[in-house]
Amino acid sequence: MSDHEYTPKSKAGKWFNDRLPLLTLANHLTDYPTPKNLNYWWTFGGILTFCLITQIVTGLTLAMHYIAHADMAFESVEHIMRDVNYGWLIRYIHANGASMFFLAVYIHIFRSLFYGSYKSPREIIWIIGIIIYLLMMAAAFMGYVLPWGQMSFWGATVITNLFSAIPLVGEGIVTWLWGGYSVDNPTLTRFFTLHYLIPFLILGLVVLHIWALHVPGNNNPVGIDIKKPSKDTVPFHPYIVIKDGFALLMFMIVFAFFVFYAPNILGHADNYIEANPLVTPAHIVPEWYLLPFYAILRSVPDKLLGVVAMLSAILILAVLPWLDTSKIRSAVFRPLYKQFYWILVADVLILGYMGAMPAEGLYLLIARVATAYYFLHFLVILPVLGLKERTIPLPLSITEPVLGGSPNMAMAKKKESKIE
Amino acid sequence: MSDKKPERRDFLFTASYAVGAVGVAAVVWPLVDQMNPDASVKALASTEVDVSSLKPGNTITVLWRGKPVFIRRRTQEEIAEARSVKMEDLIHPEKDEDRAKNPEWLVMLGVCTHLGCVPLNDKGDYDGWFCPCHGSHYDTSGRIRKGPAPWNMEVPKYEFVNANTIKIG
Repeated sequence: MSDHEYTPKSKAGKWFNDRLPLLTLANHLTDYPTPKNLNYWWTFGGILTFCLITQIVTGLTLAMHYIAHADMAFESVEHIMRDVNYGWLIRYIHANGASMFFLAVYIHIFRSLFYGSYKSPREIIWIIGIIIYLLMMAAAFMGYVLPWGQMSFWGATVITNLFSAIPLVGEGIVTWLWGGYSVDNPTLTRFFTLHYLIPFLILGLVVLHIWALHVPGNNNPVGIDIKKPSKDTVPFHPYIVIKDGFALLMFMIVFAFFVFYAPNILGHADNYIEANPLVTPAHIVPEWYLLPFYAILRSVPDKLLGVVAMLSAILILAVLPWLDTSKIRSAVFRPLYKQFYWILVADVLILGYMGAMPAEGLYLLIARVATAYYFLHFLVILPVLGLKERTIPLPLSITEPVLGGSPNMAMAKKKESKIE
Repeated sequence: MSDKKPERRDFLFTASYAVGAVGVAAVVWPLVDQMNPDASVKALASTEVDVSSLKPGNTITVLWRGKPVFIRRRTQEEIAEARSVKMEDLIHPEKDEDRAKNPEWLVMLGVCTHLGCVPLNDKGDYDGWFCPCHGSHYDTSGRIRKGPAPWNMEVPKYEFVNANTIKIG
């Protein structure tokens, strides 16, 4: 969406570009005007692309050695760990890569929540993002089943049984999902197929996500509309490429720490015991990135309503652009929203902690309060706040506060530095 | 469109869409149904278990259709306890007489009706089973008494082939 027409310099380039305008696309991506005030919270899109590519590459190489059969899956994973050249490295990157992927996606989502990136005209970007997030959870869950350890097996049993909560057809759906009367070999082979498929679906959606982003352009920490290209923007290359690259390096240090120094810290020891349909492990806990939703599931005493609450907690995000009635995007100019934002962050962290604890006594009580607050935030606080809140006046442009124009923006600048 | 009289062409459109929809459904169904249990899975429909070595108060767990089945030879106290429960006290009211035709033998799927974990034997507040996953308590008849599970543990179709052998399924 560069405003100028692009013509390749070389004759061959022009010949090719007239037939397939790939060079025009490449030029658009390098010249793409980006708000010049993007902070490091904006680097997670690039980091997530890196995560996706990493998972696809390591996943493909693992699939060359893995055997999707109930009798052989567990052994083939051990074979990868012990016999295959660098198998341990590839598997640890893939397993920890899932956690890193979710870490990055949560930062990415919460950045969007803080700066109101989901608001008009970026609703479609946001909804595609939520679909990607749902697919990520499906892929992560099915991937966790493949090693066919105890947590794999019982995690698969518990999660697929969620569908049995559906009235009338629930049991039939579960049998259909399993391809039998319990989680068994047919379940494993289809999970492998879907686990292989989903990353490519995500890749396609990422293209749409970026395409939809490039129509209005990036939101920015001030959250105002900017003219592009203008003195408020810089070209994507080299400015953002370098900034994203530096952030990616920092991220890879964290990634490498887990892979090389604590490769199993985010997993469960029980998954190094082969699946046994006769014995359930004493504590079934999902991976850390699903814990807040697991806490919501368990905090509702009714089976069907628990499942409904858990799904609603995710799907409510898709309608967020219409629940948040405020026209002001950035929390920098919304003093009350900013406080509620941090309460929500704390609430989700509390839910995550409660999801890892046994569902009883005080833990259960706290989980219930936190669940209620989660829905209160989206269904009551956000719609009302948008109508009642007294917001701080917006600057006219990104450049204005830099040139010392607006006293309000001076405040905004101060708060910005605190967030970073 | 609404003011216009339907033409021959509208009929053709509607008929084409309808035939197309039937065609798509006919192609999609095999692709969906292939995921249902196949013939080899269904063929494992029954299993026979020798229970002669089981003493009162003991339970064995056998695998049937990939699921654990509890076979418990109950003690007289357990039977008395199960039969003395009032129907009003039950979440999913079922008489013990209907669940265990031969009172000494309780045969049921060892699958918690909440989310499918295997409950632990001789545990919980009702001397029966306790599910470690989400805390459901079952009594000596395998009936749900406390916790998130909605139903009693399921009694499968079974019969005594002879005095020592139970055929499940």
